Amino acid sequence: MKNKVLLGTAVILAAFSIYGCKPQAPQSAAIGDAASRVYVPPGQYDEFYNIVSGGFNGQLSIYGIPSGRLIKILPVFSVFPENGYGYSEETKPMLNTSHGFVPWDDLHHVAISTTKGEHDGRWVFANGNNTPRVARVSLKSFRTEEILEIPNSGGNHSSPFITENTEYVIAGTRFSVPMGGKDVAISSYKENFKGSISFIKVDSVSGHMNIAFQLRTPGFNFDLSRAGKGPSHGWFFFSCYNTEQAYTLLEVNASQKDKDFIMAVNWKKAEEYLAQGKGKVEKVKYAHNVYSEKTHSATSTIRNEVTVLDISELPEIVYFIPCPKSPHGTDVDPTGEYIVGSGKLAATMPVFSFTKIQNAIANKEFEGDFDGIPVIKYEAALHGEVQKPGLGPLHTEFDGKGNAYTSMFVSSEIVKWNVKTLEILDRVPTYYSIGHLSVPGGPTKTPHGKYVIAYNKITKDRYLPTGPELTQSAQLYDISGDKMRLLLDFPTTGEPHYAEAIPASMIQANSLKFFKIEENEHPFAAKGEGQARVERKGKEVHVYMTAIRSHLTPDNIEGVNVGDDVFFHVTNLEQDWDVPHGFAIKGANNAEILIMPGETQTFLWKPLSTGVFPFYCTDFCSALHQEMSGYIRISAAGVKTPLKFSTGKIEGEQPTGAGN
Amino acid sequence: MKKLKLISRLTIALSALLLISAYFIPLWQIVMWAPQYPEGLEMKIWIDNITGDVKIISALNHYIGMRHIEVSMFPEFGYMIYIVAFVIGFGILTSIVNRRYMLAAYTALLLACGTAALVDFYLWGYDYGHNLDPTAAIIVPGMAYQPPVIGTKQLLNFTAYSGPDLGGWFFIIAGILAIATLIFEVFTSRKKI
Repeated sequence: MKNKVLLGTAVILAAFSIYGCKPQAPQSAAIGDAASRVYVPPGQYDEFYNIVSGGFNGQLSIYGIPSGRLIKILPVFSVFPENGYGYSEETKPMLNTSHGFVPWDDLHHVAISTTKGEHDGRWVFANGNNTPRVARVSLKSFRTEEILEIPNSGGNHSSPFITENTEYVIAGTRFSVPMGGKDVAISSYKENFKGSISFIKVDSVSGHMNIAFQLRTPGFNFDLSRAGKGPSHGWFFFSCYNTEQAYTLLEVNASQKDKDFIMAVNWKKAEEYLAQGKGKVEKVKYAHNVYSEKTHSATSTIRNEVTVLDISELPEIVYFIPCPKSPHGTDVDPTGEYIVGSGKLAATMPVFSFTKIQNAIANKEFEGDFDGIPVIKYEAALHGEVQKPGLGPLHTEFDGKGNAYTSMFVSSEIVKWNVKTLEILDRVPTYYSIGHLSVPGGPTKTPHGKYVIAYNKITKDRYLPTGPELTQSAQLYDISGDKMRLLLDFPTTGEPHYAEAIPASMIQANSLKFFKIEENEHPFAAKGEGQARVERKGKEVHVYMTAIRSHLTPDNIEGVNVGDDVFFHVTNLEQDWDVPHGFAIKGANNAEILIMPGETQTFLWKPLSTGVFPFYCTDFCSALHQEMSGYIRISAAGVKTPLKFSTGKIEGEQPTGAGN
Repeated sequence: MKKLKLISRLTIALSALLLISAYFIPLWQIVMWAPQYPEGLEMKIWIDNITGDVKIISALNHYIGMRHIEVSMFPEFGYMIYIVAFVIGFGILTSIVNRRYMLAAYTALLLACGTAALVDFYLWGYDYGHNLDPTAAIIVPGMAYQPPVIGTKQLLNFTAYSGPDLGGWFFIIAGILAIATLIFEVFTSRKKI
């Protein structure tokens, strides 16, 4: 009996001890003084602007670091009904392409402009991955100023990385395709499909972009790229996958080879060939869209030519360096000497030496060629390998102290290692499945350091659930000490891919407050209530409208018919910070427009039925915002109601002098 | 006819010359703060102009029926440049003529001008703050919006401050110099008797 009791107790104890052996979930909470490190008191500013790609929302979002507060969503490649981007007549041309109006794109990467390899705080470039495009956004107005479509490209992923002085922005094709829209069998990939890398020249004053030349390359996929800097300035490094040249079931067929390539491009050499007239001009079709802050309008121009340099005919531009298993990130350290290849399926992470690459080229240490392009011997280019870094290395950023931080998608962690010694120093988990990561100033010659921010692909249980579609997220880690420390989780809009952070001090003081009304050159601007009017030109009715607290002029309009195209050109007469006005009209098949002080924006309305339609200001502007409204009368087609417009005029009475 | 000491002639010349600054820097300032304007809205009054956030202030004031502030509202801007020029000339003349009655007259002129300016400013402020548009959107019964002549005053959501700007301080120094010189002259000459 006694033994039975003992035995029973032992069994229960054993059962508990087995349960106790079950591994615990990883410690996932921030510790210590994390709260005070990320707390920015009310009324105070964050230390950094974090400019984050929005992935499939086609936008950029701006966060403050260290608080993680979302400050702004900035539309780039996608329409934005919130402020009328892509809906107003002025902004529609921004989204024009050779395929017509494309209202959406997939924005993956950003690059803040640099001078001498350091942030200069002027512009941020962004890529459109789906319909190949590159955008330039002003960091003064926080608006998209220019979008350039990329011809001969099958998807612009390897972009918009920049050279040291923003001489060039890069656009490398993700998918190789037959050039010139050729109608060929997909199975003729090896024969007909080609890659294309565009070097987009950036005007150092205006920022305007134009494609200086394209490199025609063998057909495989280009993933990511980075420019050399310092000693390696003049070179550009691209990761390539699918050197198997598969055209179906890539997850298997493009993962066969032990090594793919990092492609090293000597762009100074390419410039020489270009100057010698070795480029071939090809007929293509692509759109170039520029927004003017003077006319407050975008113009879209279709361009028809591009100059191509064929690397199979022009030696010494390109060299291939073998890199283990489908490299994703290729990142150049702040000194410009080391190039990190992240083979996303590889067990080790190679670090190449620029000096060794140069020596290998000089001594012709090649293991063979690919379509006539020399392939440098792996060992000849290699500085060393980071052993057992983690699973699924994707991207690497750098601090200013000789350390690298690599994101590990599969093992869901950030790994810190020393660039020279290749020794792993620390690792922290991310929640979950980190993609890109960002150290402030990480891609520059002088990183600002202090934090690393993880941009995660999966959030799962980290936030309150919101049905099947969950938020995306970022995580902030302190890297000022030897060990990385989790400080903060913050949700993000869209899907964050690459992001950059820049000290607020480099942007804040230059931020535009409003547009000067006297500099407004919009052809339909009414730069004072005296200029407000309605003009009919056949079926087009142009309303030159002004908005100032708290009335629209004119606010009574008659003499418009069903079937007319009514253009409301609304000029915001305010000359003070943070006083936008909005405009919307009942039943319009359109979004609202928001008009910044001093700006003119145009809202197109096609009335479909008779009646009197109210319109109003949509941005709460003043104590009398609710009164900021008006009526437009729509008569049946063919009815000759006299054209009339006014504000403050009461029939049969003297005008009261609106608003003064 | 009492003559002046050399030091007195110099301080009077200095007093007159200080007034030249009135042509280059603002004389008076009005600053207003509200919850929405923590950085403040400024209005600078010059000898012949009014600058600063005048348009913004006017745009806000129209809700309570105050008129738009325009340079043309102030005929003073037309003749102030001549008055100040006359005062400067009189001061220089005092220094040259070197007579105590001239010093007394200059001091009186300066004080009279200062007083007249403040009275004029008060009268304008009274009219601007009381003479409101009866159709204004916001009418607070019994409320007037006269800005303070000097000092700080709460006007609805705004805290308004009025006071001398740099040019005004030069005017005040010029006045103090004139008075001090006059007192100095009176006292030192009494001792001699």
